[in-house]
Amino acid sequence: MIRTPLRPLARVLEAREKGENPDKIERENLRERHEQMRDKSRIRAEGRLLVLGLIFLAGFGAIGGRMATISSAEPQEPVASASQAAIIAQRADITDRNGNVLATNLATHALYAQPHHMIDKARVARELVQIFPDLEEEALTRRFSDGRKFLWIKKKISPEQQQMVHDIGDPGLQFGPREMRLYPNGALAAHILGGASFGREGVQSAEVIGTAGVEKAFDDYLRDAANGGQPLRLSIDLTIQAALERVLHGGMVMMNAKGATAVMMEAKTGKIVAMASLPDFDPNERPTPLTEGDASDSPLFNRAVQGVYELGSTFKIFTAAQAMELGLVNANSLVDADAPMKWGKHKIKEFKNKNYGPYLSVTDVMVKSSNVGTANLALQIGKERQRAFLKELGFMSPTSVELVEAPGAKPLTPKHWGDIHTITVSYGHGLSASPLHLASAYATIANGGILVKPTLLADAQPTQAKRVLSQESAADARSMLRQVVTRGTASFGDVEGYAVGGKTGTADKPKERGGGYYDDKVIATFASMFPAHSPEYVLIVTLDEPEDRTGSEPRRTAGWTAVPVAAEIIRRTAPLMGLRPDFETDTPVALIRTSN
Amino acid sequence: MTEMVYGSIPQRGGDPVLPRWWRTIDKWTMSCILMLFGIGLLLGLAASPPLAAKNGFEPFHYVSRQAFFGGVALFVMLVTSMMSPTLVRRLGVLGFLAAFVALALLPVLGTDFGKGAVRWYSLGFASVQPSEFLKPGFVVLAAWLMAASQEINGPPGKAMSFGVAIAIVAMLALQPDFGQAALVLFAWGVMYFVAGAPMVLLVMIAGAVVLVGMFAYDNSEHFARRIDGFLSPELDPRTQLGYAQNAISEGGFFGVGVGEGQVKWSLPDAHTDFIIAVAAEEYGLMLVLLIILLYMTIVMRSLYRLMRERDPFIRLAGTGLACMFGVQAMINMGVAVRLLPAKGMTLPFVSYGGSSLIAGGIAVGMLLAFTRRRPQGEIADILRRR
Repeated sequence: MIRTPLRPLARVLEAREKGENPDKIERENLRERHEQMRDKSRIRAEGRLLVLGLIFLAGFGAIGGRMATISSAEPQEPVASASQAAIIAQRADITDRNGNVLATNLATHALYAQPHHMIDKARVARELVQIFPDLEEEALTRRFSDGRKFLWIKKKISPEQQQMVHDIGDPGLQFGPREMRLYPNGALAAHILGGASFGREGVQSAEVIGTAGVEKAFDDYLRDAANGGQPLRLSIDLTIQAALERVLHGGMVMMNAKGATAVMMEAKTGKIVAMASLPDFDPNERPTPLTEGDASDSPLFNRAVQGVYELGSTFKIFTAAQAMELGLVNANSLVDADAPMKWGKHKIKEFKNKNYGPYLSVTDVMVKSSNVGTANLALQIGKERQRAFLKELGFMSPTSVELVEAPGAKPLTPKHWGDIHTITVSYGHGLSASPLHLASAYATIANGGILVKPTLLADAQPTQAKRVLSQESAADARSMLRQVVTRGTASFGDVEGYAVGGKTGTADKPKERGGGYYDDKVIATFASMFPAHSPEYVLIVTLDEPEDRTGSEPRRTAGWTAVPVAAEIIRRTAPLMGLRPDFETDTPVALIRTSN
Repeated sequence: MTEMVYGSIPQRGGDPVLPRWWRTIDKWTMSCILMLFGIGLLLGLAASPPLAAKNGFEPFHYVSRQAFFGGVALFVMLVTSMMSPTLVRRLGVLGFLAAFVALALLPVLGTDFGKGAVRWYSLGFASVQPSEFLKPGFVVLAAWLMAASQEINGPPGKAMSFGVAIAIVAMLALQPDFGQAALVLFAWGVMYFVAGAPMVLLVMIAGAVVLVGMFAYDNSEHFARRIDGFLSPELDPRTQLGYAQNAISEGGFFGVGVGEGQVKWSLPDAHTDFIIAVAAEEYGLMLVLLIILLYMTIVMRSLYRLMRERDPFIRLAGTGLACMFGVQAMINMGVAVRLLPAKGMTLPFVSYGGSSLIAGGIAVGMLLAFTRRRPQGEIADILRRR
């Protein structure tokens, strides 16, 4: 392109000759050039404006087209009113091992008020109190008129109550859909299930969170939508649980005990078939925890898991089994059982100051429940080995059962494990553990020496099996336990056909404020397994402060209290669990040939 | 005779104002705007009673307010459209300065009305949103600067206007009001485009916008939530968008009937951001298409008239105003049909809102003033045989 110079020399010279101002030429040329530029930019702008116009045309066209598409589409399900929005079942159900429902959800409503919409606040308060007697009319009226625009009245109401509130007909009373946790079996398995309550609350829905038991332990699992509503299947058997609770309750009343607990466990897997603690509660209306006094007096207290007790002579079998395992004795070896035995300033005595000595076979030490005999066995074992063995059986740490209460129940063990502790622990004093600890340890003896982990899950996979006793030692120990029932302290436990084996334990209760033991309050325990020759189940029954008053003087030993209760439980539940009674026939059946 | 006796009446040169205005104004655009305003009132009758009921006013409280502000807006529009481009430019720049100061003082003196962003001045009977008034002022200023830069030995107007735009965007983003910020940036971009932006630069700017968007997404929860809602494939029917979409479907082609719509009871912004959903539900696709057509006509007519405009300032300012107007409508409706991520933006002249109406009146008045027919030197072209 040829640019015209702004000051062309020829024209400038010419202008100078004529006496004109040459700047005029420059200005004219400048204007000309400027106009050319403008024309160019105008043409470019025309094109770009056209592009813009097309873009707008396309944009508006797209919106119009999209509008038309949506208009011609079928409207979705009407969701105009938010209160109709469905609340999906969020929390998974809990079932027993056979799929019977233990915990499920129920659609219900919460009642709330919007006082600024109310027509007659006084009347609403009056009529609400008639429907819900636990509300106070004055408090309601006050809360309705203190200027707030929203208040909860009831978190859960029944359909009948909802209808009655509806009939009040005040627009200021509103219902929010709720999903509540329902335990259809009431108090059954209450301590295992625990309970649930509302977490964060909105008008349209509220979060349900577990507060105790498996509900809390598996809270994340139950609320996890990824499980697709798959129920949590527990190892509990509802039928067995019901029978066990029924009998245990009867036993507790008959034996005048203030509390009772029982654990039924599969010997081979550690799965808990039934577990009860009395007194119990209804998880649908979970009571508030005690704010003062002893927490173990609350019905919320799970004695089977949270309660740590000195379990008494039930521990003796561990001493005997270990002594046999170490090869120190066999079932028929004689041990020194001369009572009372002196150890330093301590005196080890037998029950009621008897003397079974001077010598007893190991079997008879168990059958007669000799403290002195057991103490001498324990001294042979030595404190380090005794402690290691008890640790392997799980007595030094909380149980790993899937309850949120379990980790808090740490066994109480002697601080400095001296020889005197070796002696007392050998017959179950000075070491406090929960009945569930005892159940797992007895399961180890029952299944031939393999450790088990107590579990509440039906689908629990057994962990790496660890053997702590040889088959032989375990079999010898079981034979001793059987003889305790047939000719020893637990003779009331002999349920015909089920060959029960077990060991009694009666421990004086320690005083709450320290300083020795009560002489009229005991913890009576019967740890049993059946059938003794090849045990399937372990049953622990513990009664708190039992007293059999049928005789001339109160009898508190386990043989008189816990054992009959356990026997009745076995009698009722063993057939339910599919065990066939095995009647020993005294006279061999003979075929009599008949002919004529 | 009279003349002969009393002498001639002194005559002013040139045409009288009104007839000349009527002759040169773009009557198509103006009638479209009047129709939009009428539709706005009609929809206000449908959409605002729930809000009035909620706030305890009589049902058509907001409609009468809308009519009042609309009257003011139309008056402002008419007055503005009668001004000469030079006067518009002067007032526009002055208005820009005032609005800019007002915007800068917002963090100190403004209120957020509990909506999470400080955008308003409360005047008691009404609230004012300075950013609404800033936009037309900014367009005029930027067009002036860019036009000046096309003069030989002119100032570096493009760079200066870009600086101003960035300052405004920064202030708006701090409120946060990404919608208005994007509009300002968009208006500047369009003007720069028409003023002759190099292609390479346009591509780079597009890239920069994407980067800023990503930065905002990462750093502003407010922004990120809306984008996430847009990108998620399924639509929760209980969100605003879900209600809007359902309302459009319910309406079908001819609507469910006047006053029969339900969506206005569910959507808190039914009278502003989602008014198109109310229109679609009660009057059906027909009214929606009419509204789209009106906006399209305004934008296309204005752009067509500006194509013939020779004055760079008028061309640029007109383009900026027309495009901003059109894009605001497009974004509002695009959100309702889920073509665009959720962004609170009013539908110009139809949505309820005093600030938005009056500022819209000013902007459209300017646009009308710029698109008036005026001699474009065609005769000179013919004479010069170009």
